[in-house]
Amino acid sequence: MIDLKKITLAEAAEQLKDGSLTSLELCSQYLKRIDEVEDRVKAFVHLDRNSILAEAEKSDARRRSGKTLSEIDGITISVKDLIAVKGEPCTCGSKILRGLKSPYDATVVSKLKDKGVVIFGRNNMDEFAMGSTCENSSYYPTKNPWDLERVPGGSSGGSAAAVAASEVTASLGSDTGGSVRQPAAFCGVVGLKPTYGTVSRYGLVAYASSLDQIGPLTKDVYDSALLFDVITGKDKRDSTSLDSPSISYAQSVRNAPKDLRGLKVGIPKEYFAEGLSEVVRKDALDVISLLKDLGAEIVDISLPYSKYAIASYYIIATAEASANLARFDGIRYGHRSQNSSNLNDLYLNSRREGFGAEVKRRILLGTFVLSSGYYDAYYLKAQKVRTLIKEDFNNAFAKCDVILSPTSPYPPFKVGEITDPLQMYLADIYTISINLAGICAISVPSSIIKDLNIPLGIQFIGPTRGEEIILKTAKVFEDNRAVKNFIPATVGGV
Amino acid sequence: MTNKESLQVDVSYVAALARLKINEEEQSSLQKDMNEIVTYIDMLSELDVSTVQPTMYAIDMKNVWREDICIPSDVKNTIIKNAPANIDGELIKVPQVIPGEGIS
Repeated sequence: MIDLKKITLAEAAEQLKDGSLTSLELCSQYLKRIDEVEDRVKAFVHLDRNSILAEAEKSDARRRSGKTLSEIDGITISVKDLIAVKGEPCTCGSKILRGLKSPYDATVVSKLKDKGVVIFGRNNMDEFAMGSTCENSSYYPTKNPWDLERVPGGSSGGSAAAVAASEVTASLGSDTGGSVRQPAAFCGVVGLKPTYGTVSRYGLVAYASSLDQIGPLTKDVYDSALLFDVITGKDKRDSTSLDSPSISYAQSVRNAPKDLRGLKVGIPKEYFAEGLSEVVRKDALDVISLLKDLGAEIVDISLPYSKYAIASYYIIATAEASANLARFDGIRYGHRSQNSSNLNDLYLNSRREGFGAEVKRRILLGTFVLSSGYYDAYYLKAQKVRTLIKEDFNNAFAKCDVILSPTSPYPPFKVGEITDPLQMYLADIYTISINLAGICAISVPSSIIKDLNIPLGIQFIGPTRGEEIILKTAKVFEDNRAVKNFIPATVGGV
Repeated sequence: MTNKESLQVDVSYVAALARLKINEEEQSSLQKDMNEIVTYIDMLSELDVSTVQPTMYAIDMKNVWREDICIPSDVKNTIIKNAPANIDGELIKVPQVIPGEGIS
């Protein structure tokens, strides 16, 4: 028997290799775990047990005949419900895409399948990745495995909750303004937002094309590097994809130093000025003090345009979303209203019935900022502010190697705690600038709030293509933090 | 747009542009949300960015050329099957586009 609550992707791969575990056993045990906890957590929207078991058997057969496709052949990885897997539904948590079956695999999915990975179901999310709590799913809200009365974060909340509840080894999410990192922090797992362009977006349903990036959610930093190695690389089907890296990030993490001597860690003064909860501030200060003990040099830096990031982000993201979501009209796929006699009514009614409240709100805002008379004042201006935010980071990285900040200004919220849309947007303060600047960042569990037994996360931010330095720094932090185990002892008593 | 003259978003006009149908109840709550959000994003008006170049993509983007060659594709059936209604498995069926006598 393996201990699902402990086993990492790398450990499972090791056991598959030495013959102490088969892919069929691994999959069967996760399916059993799902039977135990999924009705409490609600992390999945689709799971085809027969196809999972069939793929596991194929992997075991390959291994028996010495034709293993890779080190991770037979490993289980789930995907957020906006990443295309051929023949499976892909609903983006929305009603408007019900009934759709993907005609092709996303590039990240092809890459996983080429390595023999078993694609292990589809994870719940805020509709079209618009939200920070998973409450905006059209299916049901996902719950935080640490405390079922709290949200798992969003929008990749299903991915983070599934890994934290030990329902799967790892998951792929997407991060447009923090949607991998914030749920990772809320659920006590590791979430990587790679540099824009390092992971192909082919087969990722677009929310805001200039900001979206696929990233792994895993139990530890090494798994994150391992999975990033698999999914990164140039793709002729995504013209924004960058050249493949020449290094193995997993190897870099394996060879990470024992301490942080020689590393300069920047602390942005704007991030600690106001608006963060005391418990989060204290946690960040504890992390800074640990990094200092490990030999890092702490450098005060400034990101003066930070205060404009949320305004700029919600203009750019919604503008792009209003264009990207124009294609969902009930004609070629998904939900078509049955109450329409002409084409225009069909568009109006299908979109009315198919989209949830937050999606409508963002489409409206995006349409407004692009509309005649407002384009220059809002959209163009926001793109110029984006330049200033990017320059802020360039200037900061002249003084330091990585930047440290909390991932979220608050611990995981209670379900239903935040209902005002603007208040919800403001909670993205530490994550969205990274997407605007196109750089990379990783959220790593940092501590557990004792009285509440819920986790907090800390974020290491790196420059463009700085994945190696943030992964190595995160690894050294992970090895030295006070709390070792970030898997909840039980999920609702199980 | 300055913070002094707070802007009212014409929600029904913008909804029509976005092909969104909104009932009265939704309209009043969306109107409130939009006004609040637009008041917030108006903070950008404090900044003089007249000399700043806009950033569309955070990475340097250049046109990507490729050879114009045909490759086989067998997704037609899958795509037609995804449509809510089809004609003989060959065409996607939609309501009448041009007003006039019904055709079938």
